[in-house]
Amino acid sequence: MTWWLLAGLAAGCYFFKIGGVLTAGKLRLSGPGQSFLAYLTPAVLSGLIIVQTFDGGGRLTISALTAGVATGAVATWMKAPLPVVLLVASATTALIRLL
Amino acid sequence: MGERLKAFWSRQHRRDGFLLGLAVGTFGVTFGVLSVSAGVSGLQAVMMSLLMFTGASQFAAVGVVSTGGDPMSALGAALLLAARNGAYALSMSQVMPSGRGSRLIAAQLIIDESTAMAEAQDNLGEVREAFWITGLSVFFFWNLGTLIGVLVGGVVGDPFAWGLDAAFPAGFLALLVPHLKDRNKRRAAVIGAVAAVVTVPLLPAGFPVLLAALGAVIATRVKGRNG
Repeated sequence: MTWWLLAGLAAGCYFFKIGGVLTAGKLRLSGPGQSFLAYLTPAVLSGLIIVQTFDGGGRLTISALTAGVATGAVATWMKAPLPVVLLVASATTALIRLL
Repeated sequence: MGERLKAFWSRQHRRDGFLLGLAVGTFGVTFGVLSVSAGVSGLQAVMMSLLMFTGASQFAAVGVVSTGGDPMSALGAALLLAARNGAYALSMSQVMPSGRGSRLIAAQLIIDESTAMAEAQDNLGEVREAFWITGLSVFFFWNLGTLIGVLVGGVVGDPFAWGLDAAFPAGFLALLVPHLKDRNKRRAAVIGAVAAVVTVPLLPAGFPVLLAALGAVIATRVKGRNG
């Protein structure tokens, strides 16, 4: 990661926080505006999941990583705490790669 | 335990805020470990937690960088996930201090956890306390956790052999699940996923994640139509 990217990330993330603080009272978010911001997180998270699970360099692939994410999903479904979910996903992927 | 500490500890919103920070600290450890294994330097990971201080965006940026995405897509994905903090900031204006310097600090503490804990309280005094205690507790433990994770992660070795690349999407999935209870958020997630699936083979790396934001656009329109 370049330091330029890190600076952009830090500035961008703070921009939203301080922007909201400074415009409170002057700016009122419309109903749809509020909904959009609330829906952005699940939409982008699921996009990230798809890309990081199936993207094998510009095409959809099933790999050891996919199997690991699937077992992580099962662990999530069984209400395992996050560190356990991550451990299950990583261990499954590592095991398949080892075989 | 001293009397004053006991009195402080006797209020549930204070205890909850503190303990939530402690729990989030374990995610901080995970962030530190994954960052250094993904090729982000330890110093950079620590700086990200201090300066960005919003978990999903941090994981997204590191995740995109680790899979060879370009800086602009890492920035785009991270900022799309950070936008909701702007909405939180609007609703937290009542707890913001009046001094300019303390406002700048308080703004950095506006995240999922501090907003949720503050909004769960009944009167303004408790709202304010819940915001500050949760925000500061999460800030302290998130950064401490990141530091520990960076130190531990440095000795892990080859992250690929440990399957650590699977931890990113599995973690995003765990973050996504609480959203799926709401029908419109579920719709946004499904459309976002479909947009990503369709565009992975068609567009350069990075764009599919940005296009997933279409899910939010369409879910907003559908909600507008259905009322």
